[in-house]
Amino acid sequence: MNKDLLGILVVFGSTMLLALPLGRYLATIYRGDKSWTDFLAPLERLLFRVGGIDANRGMAWQQHLVALLTINLAWFIWAMLVFCFQGSLPLNPDSNPSMTPDQAFNTAIAFLVNCNLQHYSGESGATYFSQLLAITFLQFVTAATGMAAAVVVFNALKEGTTEKLGNFYNYFVKSITRVLLPIATAVALVLVFQGTPMNWAGKAPIMTVQGDSVNVSRGPAAAMIAIKELGTNGGGFFGANSAHPLENPTYLTNAVENFALVLIPLAMVFAFGYYLKRPKLSYMVMGVMTVGFLMLLAPTVYYEMHGNPAIAHMGADQRLGAMEGKEVRIGAAASAYWGITNTVISCGSVNSMHDSHMPVSGMAELLGMMTNAFYGGVGVGFLNFFVFVIIAVFISGLMVGRTPELLGKKIEAREMKIAIIVALLHPLLILAGTAMSAHIYAGNPTEYAGWLANPGYHGFSEMLYEFTSSAANNGSGFEGLGDNTPWWNISTGIVMILARYLPIIGPVAIAGLLARKKFIPESAGTLRIDTATFGVMVFFVIWIIAALAFFPALALGPLAEHFTLY
Amino acid sequence: MKSQLFSVLRFTLALMVLCCGLYPALVWAVAQLAPGQGEGVQISRNGRVVGFANVGQKFDKPAYFNSRPSAADYHADASSGSNKGPSNPEYLAVVKARLDTFLLQNPGVKAADVPAELITASGSGLDPHLSPAGALVQVPRVARVRKLDAARVQALVQQQIETNLIGPDRVNVLKLNLALDALAAR
Repeated sequence: MNKDLLGILVVFGSTMLLALPLGRYLATIYRGDKSWTDFLAPLERLLFRVGGIDANRGMAWQQHLVALLTINLAWFIWAMLVFCFQGSLPLNPDSNPSMTPDQAFNTAIAFLVNCNLQHYSGESGATYFSQLLAITFLQFVTAATGMAAAVVVFNALKEGTTEKLGNFYNYFVKSITRVLLPIATAVALVLVFQGTPMNWAGKAPIMTVQGDSVNVSRGPAAAMIAIKELGTNGGGFFGANSAHPLENPTYLTNAVENFALVLIPLAMVFAFGYYLKRPKLSYMVMGVMTVGFLMLLAPTVYYEMHGNPAIAHMGADQRLGAMEGKEVRIGAAASAYWGITNTVISCGSVNSMHDSHMPVSGMAELLGMMTNAFYGGVGVGFLNFFVFVIIAVFISGLMVGRTPELLGKKIEAREMKIAIIVALLHPLLILAGTAMSAHIYAGNPTEYAGWLANPGYHGFSEMLYEFTSSAANNGSGFEGLGDNTPWWNISTGIVMILARYLPIIGPVAIAGLLARKKFIPESAGTLRIDTATFGVMVFFVIWIIAALAFFPALALGPLAEHFTLY
Repeated sequence: MKSQLFSVLRFTLALMVLCCGLYPALVWAVAQLAPGQGEGVQISRNGRVVGFANVGQKFDKPAYFNSRPSAADYHADASSGSNKGPSNPEYLAVVKARLDTFLLQNPGVKAADVPAELITASGSGLDPHLSPAGALVQVPRVARVRKLDAARVQALVQQQIETNLIGPDRVNVLKLNLALDALAAR
């Protein structure tokens, strides 16, 4: 078998195998049962004592949201201050400047909402201080926020009627101390032994063999890169992200980074089943997600490995695949696998330039972000999927003529309104943003010539991708877009805020409403949601709502480009 | 409200000590045992650092195995890809020009023997590698310019091919060219 295809099979297989025990472990620690990591309890108690937090108090859904939003606001102000003044702060050996206010706004939001859209390059636009105390910090805490929000929703689906949905701080801190920190440390150590820098000195000036003077950027990269992947953040230490040979030096580091970013989203799905003691339910969810994932992966691998037909037409050898924007040590297959995992999961790191991918691959990556529920980001992927489950339950209920019920709780008008608003917000933000940009550009193409690196259909795809990535809290880009301008910084900043908090607030509110309702025990008339039939139903709901809404835009961008190339 | 704000600030500070203090310090401490001590793996020749093993550098002289085209011109403090779309006519003209130049500099080589990475820019602009085919196709030129036996240069490339059970085979251009210089000096 082809060694490149074997490579992606090994990585996907090992991730799936390890996600199962990790899911069981997550369920154990969130439930508060005995586990082997209980030796960390004193550290957690210390954190709670310093913060003056009672981690045993049960919180209603409104209290969860107040806690989540207050702490997020504090983090935003901190990050904004750091980016605006990084030039004068310590740990800046390369004397990089502070960010402009609009860029700092965009960057602070991007990291606060786990999106990690980057309108700067790490080598010249950030300092070691901001990389560690703003970026690495937010990469930990936003991942833990998503995980904690997902557990709150798990609680609502338990049997019985309750107001209290656990304690936000408890889930949040355990996610950091017992999951993110240990695994991130392991990943970081693999990276440093493979050659990723972890130092404090500035650029290294060298004279190359041919006699060119070159400065090699370095820094405390390994620690940041590990949590960037594990927390599905995706913001790179260096401008080229994981295509950079110091950020991702070998095929092994590529496999480990790719493994790390898929691990927790998969494990959360299994954790859901174990937590509710309904493992069959998580197999249904996992099945739907995996089918969706593979449907996007297969064409991408095919087109990337077969190269660019326009270059093949010149007579050159295309057996390595489409190598524009790709690295030799990683290859076309692993780049395609990375591209799809990073877009279905809202990580958004890149190990090859998506702007240079084949049109169908670009479309698959866009679709991964447009659906945003095939695995999805840590915690929030599950929340997005939950919204589609609510809609599917409602539609199935109508089809068979029964009151729609989800795990013994009636789904009524209020829950449905929230679910539909959340589901439709996503296409609204993306399509409205893209339409406005296209309108501005078309009004004065010479003034905005710096926006687009490519003409025609592909240029439209660049704008569509930027808004899709912002709304999916993904953060990858068709980086040919000249996006460090007030329009792009502010518009995508606003989209990122709405697209992070409403999809958390909505599901948590639904969860709170459901948890309060009378529990109806299962009977012969109950719609079973842990079946393949219901899985198919959810799958089609996702495709109809999430994917078809975007078809016209996709037809103008990647599809049109595909048919001109082939 | 005020007490809640202070509680959030103290809590944030404690988390920062953990995630931005202890965690990076631990990684940094262990990195001291790693190759390059966390500074990046440097390669020296005659006591002078000539590069980083993992960071590609520009080789465009005919006497060396040439590295890939780079959108960053191998400036290792400004990594970047070209971000050119696959159907962009300007971009395709650049690729065509690279192919023609390569064929001109390597007489006897057919277009079908030129692998993709030699005429396309990498994602980082700092790709340190070539595919084995990308190095082997340059052997006749390098041997001719250096006045070396082509078979010996070919054997040198074969020695430099790195291979694993999974993933692509590749050749580190910097290491290959240093070995080439050593061979020529002998």
